[in-house]
Amino acid sequence: MLAAFRCVIHRDLLLAARRSSDVLTVLLFFVIVVSLFPLGVGPDPALLRTIAPGVIWVAALLASMLALQRMFASDHADGTLEQMLLGATPLGMTVAAKVFAHWVISGLPLVLISPVLALQFDFPQEFLGVLALSLALGTPVLSLIGAIGAALTLGLRGGGALLSLLVLPLYVPVLIIGAGAAEAAVSGLGGKAQLLLLGALLAFAGAFAPWAAAAALRISSE
Amino acid sequence: MGKKAGTPSLEAVDLHCTRGERKLFGALNFTLRSGELLRIGGANGSGKTSLLRIACGLLEPTRGEVRWAGENIRRLQEEFWRQLVYVGHANAIKDDLTAAENLHVACTLAGVPRQPAQIGEALRRLGLAGCENLPARVLSQGQRRRTALARLALSEAMPLWILDEPFAALDAAAVEHVQDLIAEHLSRGAAVILTTHLEAKITAAALRIDLETS
Repeated sequence: MLAAFRCVIHRDLLLAARRSSDVLTVLLFFVIVVSLFPLGVGPDPALLRTIAPGVIWVAALLASMLALQRMFASDHADGTLEQMLLGATPLGMTVAAKVFAHWVISGLPLVLISPVLALQFDFPQEFLGVLALSLALGTPVLSLIGAIGAALTLGLRGGGALLSLLVLPLYVPVLIIGAGAAEAAVSGLGGKAQLLLLGALLAFAGAFAPWAAAAALRISSE
Repeated sequence: MGKKAGTPSLEAVDLHCTRGERKLFGALNFTLRSGELLRIGGANGSGKTSLLRIACGLLEPTRGEVRWAGENIRRLQEEFWRQLVYVGHANAIKDDLTAAENLHVACTLAGVPRQPAQIGEALRRLGLAGCENLPARVLSQGQRRRTALARLALSEAMPLWILDEPFAALDAAAVEHVQDLIAEHLSRGAAVILTTHLEAKITAAALRIDLETS
C-alpha cells in the first residue's frame, strides 16, 4: 500500500519535472498578481503594509485554483484513472498521494516565494515567518478541498468555471484565518491562535477530503 | 493458482444496463469458470465496453449484479480488484514517461511491484526491445498498445483478465504474442474476458455472448 503511495507521488513529481512549464505558470501567475497591487493602489507604504497579507493570500488562492483542474484531468483522459480506481490500494490513499504531489508542485513554490513578495509591500521583516507559515499550513488545505471539487467536475463541459464557483466559497474560512494570522502578528496580538486553527483545519481536511474526493471520482467516472 | 479448472469464478446475474435513454442490454446472465474464455461480440455501440466496465466494477449496472466467487463485486471492492487485470480501451500510458516507467507504475498500482529486470523482460516479450527507455511520446499507437499489454506478461498470478479490444492497433506478430499470452494464462486455470472483432484462434473453452443493437 505504501509502495503505491510512494509510486504515485514519485510519478507525479517526475511528470511535473519533465513538464516544468506547468509549475512555472502557476508560480508566475502568483508573482504577477501580487505585483499588480502596488502598481494599482499606489506607493503608500502604510496602506501597502496593511493589505499585504490579504493580497498575498488571495493571490495564492487564485493560483492554487488555476492548478486544480489539472489534478485529475490528464489521468482521466489517458485511462490511468481507471487503473487507479481498480487498484489494489484503497482509492483514498491514491488520492491523498496525488493531492500531496499536487501541493508540492503548485503550493510549496508559493510558500517559498511569499517572503520575497511581501517585501514589495514593505511588510515588517520579523513577521515574514508568520506569513510563510500561515501559507505553509493553509495551501495544503486549499489543495485538499480543491481535490473534491476537481473530482466532482471531472469530465464536465465548462468544468473550469464550475469548479471555481464550487470551490471558492469553501476557501473562505481558510482565507479569513490565514490572512488573519499575519495581520494579528503585525498588530501585536500574535498569530498563534490563527496558526493553530489552520493546523486543525489541515488535520481535519487531510483526514476526510481524500475519501470524499475518492467517492466523487467513482461517481464522475461511471 | 489454487483453483481447479471448472470452478465458477465470475457470475453475472440478470444484468441490465441503460445509458441515458438507451437500453443497451437486459436480463444478461453468464457464468465464467476458471480456465474459460468469454468473448463478447456485437456491433459498435452495442454495449461491449459497458459490459466490461460493469464486470470489473467501474460501472454500476442498472439492475442485477456481478459476483466473484459468490460475492457481489461491489461489496468486495479492493479484494476483487487485487485479483483483476483490466486493460481498457485507453492505454493508461503517460506521454512523458518511458515505456519501462509506465509499466512500473501500472504494476505498482495493481499491487504487484516488479523489478526493472522483469519489466524489461515483459517489454521484450511484446517485441519492444530497445524501446524501454524511450518516452512514450515517440512510440507509435501499436507500440503504446503493446506497452499496455506487456502488463499481462507480468500478471500470471491474477485469476481474471478483462481486456477491451486487446488486438486493436496491433500488427500480426503482436496479435500472435498476445494470443499466446492469453492461451498460456487460460491453461494455468485463469479466466479471461475480451471483446474483439478478430476471429482469434484461441482454442480453449470459449463462451460467446453477442450483444444486439436494439
